[in-house]
Amino acid sequence: MSLTLFAVLLPFVAAIFIPLLYKWLRSVHTGWFVFVIPLVLFGYFLTFIPDVMNGNYYYHSISWVPTLGMDFSVFIDGWGLLFALLITGIGFLVVLYSIYYLDKKREALHNFYVYLLLFMGAMLGVVLSDNILVLYVFWEITSLSSMLLISYWYKREASIEGAQKSTLITVFGGFTMLGGIALLSIITGTLSIQEMIAQADTAVNHPYFLAAMILILVGAFTKSAQFPFHIWLPDAMEAPTPVSAYLHSATMVKAGIYLVARFTPFFGGTAEWFWILSSFGLITLLYGSLSAVRQKDLKSILAFSTISQLGMIMSLLGIGSAALYFDVPNEIYTGAVLAAVFHLFNHATFKGSLFMAAGIVDHETGTRDIRKLGGLMTIMPATFTISVIGAASMAGLPPFNGFLSKEKFFMALTDVTEYSIFSIESAAIWFPIVGWIASIFTFLYCAIFVFRTFGGKFKPDNFSKHVHEAPIGMLISPIILVTIVVIVGIFPNIISPVLLEPAIASIMQGVPQDHPAFNVDIYHWHGWELELFMTIAVVVLGSLLYATMRKWENFSIYQRERDPVNGLYDYGLKGLVSSSKGVTKLQMTGRLKDYLSFISVFLILLVMYTMFKFDAFGLNLAGMSEITVYEAILVLFFIVSVLAIPFIQQRVAAVAVLGFVGFYIALFFVIFRAPDVAMTQLLVETVVVILFMLAFYHLPGLRKEKDKPTFAFPRVMISVAVGITVTAVALGANAYQQGHDLIPISNYQVENSADLAGGYNVVNVVLVDYRGLDTVLELLVLGIAALAVVTLVKLRMKEGEDL
Amino acid sequence: MSMKWKTNNLLFIHITRVTAFLILALSIYLFFAGHNNPGGGFIGGLMLATSILLLYLTFDRRKINKMLPMNYANWIGAGILISLLTGLIGTIVGKPYLTQFFDYFTLPFFGEFELTTAVLFDFGIYLGVGGSALIIILAIAEDT
Repeated sequence: MSLTLFAVLLPFVAAIFIPLLYKWLRSVHTGWFVFVIPLVLFGYFLTFIPDVMNGNYYYHSISWVPTLGMDFSVFIDGWGLLFALLITGIGFLVVLYSIYYLDKKREALHNFYVYLLLFMGAMLGVVLSDNILVLYVFWEITSLSSMLLISYWYKREASIEGAQKSTLITVFGGFTMLGGIALLSIITGTLSIQEMIAQADTAVNHPYFLAAMILILVGAFTKSAQFPFHIWLPDAMEAPTPVSAYLHSATMVKAGIYLVARFTPFFGGTAEWFWILSSFGLITLLYGSLSAVRQKDLKSILAFSTISQLGMIMSLLGIGSAALYFDVPNEIYTGAVLAAVFHLFNHATFKGSLFMAAGIVDHETGTRDIRKLGGLMTIMPATFTISVIGAASMAGLPPFNGFLSKEKFFMALTDVTEYSIFSIESAAIWFPIVGWIASIFTFLYCAIFVFRTFGGKFKPDNFSKHVHEAPIGMLISPIILVTIVVIVGIFPNIISPVLLEPAIASIMQGVPQDHPAFNVDIYHWHGWELELFMTIAVVVLGSLLYATMRKWENFSIYQRERDPVNGLYDYGLKGLVSSSKGVTKLQMTGRLKDYLSFISVFLILLVMYTMFKFDAFGLNLAGMSEITVYEAILVLFFIVSVLAIPFIQQRVAAVAVLGFVGFYIALFFVIFRAPDVAMTQLLVETVVVILFMLAFYHLPGLRKEKDKPTFAFPRVMISVAVGITVTAVALGANAYQQGHDLIPISNYQVENSADLAGGYNVVNVVLVDYRGLDTVLELLVLGIAALAVVTLVKLRMKEGEDL
Repeated sequence: MSMKWKTNNLLFIHITRVTAFLILALSIYLFFAGHNNPGGGFIGGLMLATSILLLYLTFDRRKINKMLPMNYANWIGAGILISLLTGLIGTIVGKPYLTQFFDYFTLPFFGEFELTTAVLFDFGIYLGVGGSALIIILAIAEDT
């Protein structure tokens, strides 16, 4: 196994040891052990930069489930590497921050860090896997770990609800995506993403192409919180702030962006891809920024702002995908992709620092409500500085990095008006207008975030604890992030050849790369261009809106915080629960005989349908052995005891006769030389007898059924039909085998059991070797069933009570 | 176990003292015999459960709990883990998951002797089946 594959799995391996370290070394904050892992991985991934800069990529693969074509393959190109560095880089900053944020005495740190490492490994798996099924598995693990982290404070009602909502939405999306993956593999005949991309030219004409695109996009949109799936993200803010900074702004929510960009070479260049991405992205951008203004909770403001910024990146990827429509690259189109990649990086830095600042405010004051906060500027000067820089970057002010990417964004939007493809002419003007309006509100909520928290008057009565600046350990991570914000803002070109160009090159695969459009050169001064005027207008109008806030903050639309889309979700959830309850009531009668009837009827219908459809009935007595007298007598007794059971009124007698049946079956096994099965049957009978003896005290007296005989008739019919079905299948199978000269698989197993598996008992060899996986999974089922029985027995529900 | 099951049948007690351990021995024999003769993890596991259940039927619960201070539910988890992890042995040398290995060794006095990873795998089944049967029946028995 190569080092790279191990790097992806390292967080998972580390997660195993965290509970032990937590238990044995309670005096050390568990975070310090975890801290090392992303730091080491970050250093490791940095070593890939020189290679990737030169346009190379790294690929390593080992076979995992060869029969499904599932290989565990790591593919590192510019785009994957950018994400790997973000995941590990932000990762160790967040872990460092969390060490001071989470109290080692009061918090269940082992849970927290196990979930966090689980997420880290899964996220690395998502961005570095080339096999799309493996990617899907990691994708779902990120949803799972996100759910665990949101519900970390599981005693709070809101945490559980937020976790449920995010899981339902993202897993729904993930499942939809699985459908898209299935279609993709049908279209291309491969599970490797790079091999799919190589077939992009022919795949466009496949009838499933559009369906696959939409299904994949549903997955990406739910994960990246695009309208109308965005509602889970604000509720996810119930997670501890380090988690919000890490999963719900810097990394996990960008998995959808990652996937969209990864598949741009495959789907890009088509009108549908362009329209879906850019329209959903712009709607999300506008909706998110408008909603963020209404929030009163610091983290909610940031959550909606994340939604809005994700929409912005999504729309940029949509616009940029048009570049693949042409054979010759053009700066107009690649410019949008550059803006997307650059803003993705910038967003991770400034949003990370803002979340950490919000966490500090929450931690030190005990509240995140902007109506209570105010005047913290002099009390928390470091946090204030961090927030100002982060918010200024988010609002798109020079000289910070957010200004540069926002300029690029405006440029991409205005350039759309020059497109002459995808029948865009009439709609093009809306692109810059929507983007511009959203930016005004972005500026506004940034102003609210900073000035409502730090400006104004300090009211000590609002806080239950003594307010003071955070300890230095908590400040280190956000300070590092805002330093990057400033440095990249002033010298943007230090990251462009290292991170941006390789990333753009991998998104724009299929476009000739030697074109000057791939040479990224970012600078502040473009001259008096339209973009600059747009920014100036944003600042002026945004400031005006903030200045007049007193006038409009009493509007009812501002007062309402709850997202109206939530109503749809609540309605849907209620409907889902009540309709599934209805279905359950229909079939779960609580009577064993009903369940047996259901199972039997379905068995009969399914099997008989197949038998009739393929005309599988047959009777061929050739090659059958003679029926001996002994066998005949045994069958006779067997039939008599089975027929006797329904007429027995006493429980003990009924159990005893049922035992006869079991022992007769065991005798049949003996006659047909299956000692293992016979022994198992005898043992099961014995254990059942013990069980009955123990349970007798609790069973009510066997009373005669009060149902009318007409009720029993269908059951007699069913049992007869089951008998006929099974007999027909057995005779039919035998006749088919005789007629087609088929050799039973057991011949091979019997002949080879000693040579291949070193055992002479073929039954046992089948169990432990040939079909070992079946056995292990059956054992798992048995274990689950046993625990379920115990749970049901101990739960003791009252009459009419339901789970 | 409810008090109703605290019997004082002397004959029963004395027979159980011997037979329970005979059954236990048989269960171990069946487990090892499995690869080449009738037997194996499933049968052995059920028999293991039978022998312990016989003790529970005869003596009162407190005595047994003192004698066998263990949580049978753990057996299930341990069994599944053992079986799953045995499967990993093959992957270390690049063979598919769950590949079993075996070889023959000649020991003085004992003669030819076979060692196989299948026995480890089967041991997982043995524990899992035994634990499952035990906790189901004990839970029902305990319930009054």
